[in-house]
Amino acid sequence: MFGYYLDLALRSLRRNKMLTALMVLAIALGIGACMTTFTVLHVLSGDPLPDKSARLFYPQVDPLDMDGYEAGKEPERQVTWIDGMNLLKAKRGERQALMTGGAVPVQPTQSSMDPFFSDARYTTADFFPMFETPFLYGHGWSEAEDDGKARVAVISRSLNDKLFDGKDSTNQILRMKDTAFRVIGVLDNWRPNPHFYDLNMGQYSVAEDVFLPLATSRDLNLARNGSRNCWGKGGGNDDEHLEVATCVWLQFWVQLQSADKAADYRTFLDNYSKEQKALGRFERPSNVRLSNLMEWLDVNKVVPSDVRLQSWLALGFLMVCLVNTVGLMLAKFLRRSGELGVRRALGASRREVFMQLLVEAGVIGLAGGVGGVLLAYLGLWLVRLQPADYASLAHLDLPMLLITFVLAITASLLSGLLPAWRACQITPALQLKSQ
Amino acid sequence: MDILPILSTLRRHKITALLVILEIALTCAIVCNAVFLVSQRLERIHMVSGVAEHELLEVELANIGPKADDSARTAEDLAALRQIPGVTSVASVNQLPFANSSNNSGIKIDRKQNKSSLNATTYYGENIADTFGLQLVAGRFLKADDYVDIDTAKKAFVAGDAKGLPKNTVITLAMAERLWPGQQALGKQIYMGNDLPLTVVGVIKNLVRPSIWDDATAQYSMLVPIQVSDGVYAIRTAPQERDRVLKAALEKLKQANPHRVVLQKRTWDEIREKFFQNDRAMTGLLVGVCVALLVVTALGIVGLGSFWVAQRRRQIGVRRALGATRGNILHYFQTENFLLATIGIVLGMALAYGVNLFLMVHYELPRLPVMYLPLGAVVLWLIGQVAVLGPAMRAAAVPPVVATRSV
Repeated sequence: MFGYYLDLALRSLRRNKMLTALMVLAIALGIGACMTTFTVLHVLSGDPLPDKSARLFYPQVDPLDMDGYEAGKEPERQVTWIDGMNLLKAKRGERQALMTGGAVPVQPTQSSMDPFFSDARYTTADFFPMFETPFLYGHGWSEAEDDGKARVAVISRSLNDKLFDGKDSTNQILRMKDTAFRVIGVLDNWRPNPHFYDLNMGQYSVAEDVFLPLATSRDLNLARNGSRNCWGKGGGNDDEHLEVATCVWLQFWVQLQSADKAADYRTFLDNYSKEQKALGRFERPSNVRLSNLMEWLDVNKVVPSDVRLQSWLALGFLMVCLVNTVGLMLAKFLRRSGELGVRRALGASRREVFMQLLVEAGVIGLAGGVGGVLLAYLGLWLVRLQPADYASLAHLDLPMLLITFVLAITASLLSGLLPAWRACQITPALQLKSQ
Repeated sequence: MDILPILSTLRRHKITALLVILEIALTCAIVCNAVFLVSQRLERIHMVSGVAEHELLEVELANIGPKADDSARTAEDLAALRQIPGVTSVASVNQLPFANSSNNSGIKIDRKQNKSSLNATTYYGENIADTFGLQLVAGRFLKADDYVDIDTAKKAFVAGDAKGLPKNTVITLAMAERLWPGQQALGKQIYMGNDLPLTVVGVIKNLVRPSIWDDATAQYSMLVPIQVSDGVYAIRTAPQERDRVLKAALEKLKQANPHRVVLQKRTWDEIREKFFQNDRAMTGLLVGVCVALLVVTALGIVGLGSFWVAQRRRQIGVRRALGATRGNILHYFQTENFLLATIGIVLGMALAYGVNLFLMVHYELPRLPVMYLPLGAVVLWLIGQVAVLGPAMRAAAVPPVVATRSV
């Protein structure tokens, strides 16, 4: 029966090519627009570390003085050197890392290459195992190298390609800021989305090219980048004295054995704040937060509001396209009242006629879905040409592709329901009489 | 034209008529809001900067080696840049408007205040007013003897020594009006951060911030008399000389000290272009969606119109046979479309208002100005009339003889 309905549907669609094309185009445009924006939204609100994000936490404490104090206000989103170091050394988590962004002048040995600046991350040993960074060659550094301010570096695959032609560069010397560093590791392609561990450096920016021990960066007074917020006399300090300044400028991440341990850690943070207040370092009452990775992304509102707006817009557009299709389908089905009347008079039940019309709607949906996917590819290609830093991430994956088809067919079946039902209501006798 | 017969016909095609109305209403609501969004973005893109836009260049350098006597080096650089023919003014600054990375400070008008009155961008650098081409509206610009070196200032600040600190400041009109509404700002005192007192000696018309969180506070900027040596140079020259001057500047700076890397070399127009690129992209997208929506709606009207005409061929023939002119038939379909469009537009306006409320809550958008509603109405009426013209003409072409056939 389905084959017969399909044949009827194709014949009917062929009979009025313009109308068919109009319906398919409307569905394709609506679906294409929706899939483009939903894919961007899906990519941007993704989990950068799906296996682990529930166990990674970002603690916040409130080290400010009483100036501008408001009870219950969100504490600073970074930590001071002293608090960062205290939390790091306390080792209350399974792993923990303290970090900041920076930039280092790289001096290639090749005479053909001019010195250039690379984005860098100054951090501590646990960064690599905690964030599960993939290593192409070598490994990260250990706590001993942190303590010893060792001149060691981990570099990205792209920098390794640029400087060492992609060969294993471990134990090679890399000169940066007139200092010789030993390469101990090369990361494989790694681009966590969003750039969750430091959202100040561009929320969807690529991972840094150079990773150095934090203590080494301080020892050499390497330039740092990112947000810095000072209070009291903090603003009077220059970069060389940031360790003692009343400024927050570091990010601190901690990995806990399980999500249940979060309560214990929060108690620890609370006690730490009270202790610091008793010591006179903190002035405000204890105000601590502990967000896991995905919560932290929410707090920072990482998904650009423009992208959300575009999704709403596309949804509205799809709605108009569907209403348009319902209207056209209704017109088409009612125009065939005579033919349907004959079928009904020849014994086809109302249900069968209904099914036949739905098959026709489904065919339009399928064609619209194919068109929609093509338009979505075109749309995403256009998105990738955009200047935003997330642009290069916009790609259609398999689940999204399947969703596109399901959405297209559901949408057109839904829009076929009303016209098909309406067309079934005709009385065969009346139609036959008017022929 | 009598509309009663049209209404009674429409009553027999309730669902189809409702669908046309719904489509027009949705399109009206979305297009009104999208056009409003576009106008907001365009307004933002044309934000006043207060600087001599087409005359500015930026060069940013960074040392490869460890820090050396920066202020002496900077003085040499500035002297070298001034020698370039065509350069009217040069300054070593801490930041440029719209350049994205910014240095800001909380501002109080009373030291005992618990919360800052506002947050303002602090522009440092001698000669900055001249180089940026700022426009003074009251008082005076900062003079050479107002300026102190940043290292001296920092040391004095930490030591609590008033002698090495800057004393005066120049603020924007927007900031002055926010701090002391309706009052003269000259001679008043403000406190930068917690307790650095500065006296307002001048007010400038405009100076936009490097990064903007809220468009309402975009002009909260001040000049602080501090000399900086960050390697960021602003160069002013005639618009047609920019390419040549930029090339010459890079050469001079390389000569002065080859052991450094150029991080930035661009005209200020490029900075502005980059700052608003997302707004521009969004504007293009919104315009594209509007056009697509109107086209889809128009095609829908054409499709349904054609269907109705085909369905009513007999009735049209009868009317023609009974004496109706071609013009009568044409007007019938045009009026029918006008009626449907009008109902759709009325519904659409209510819907547009609802969508706007949603956007106001979730995207901090202002209220939709009333003028957008009649504008949207006119556009949709026009689209409807253009779309229905084809089918209506076909209807008018139906010969009266059709009435006599197949009876």
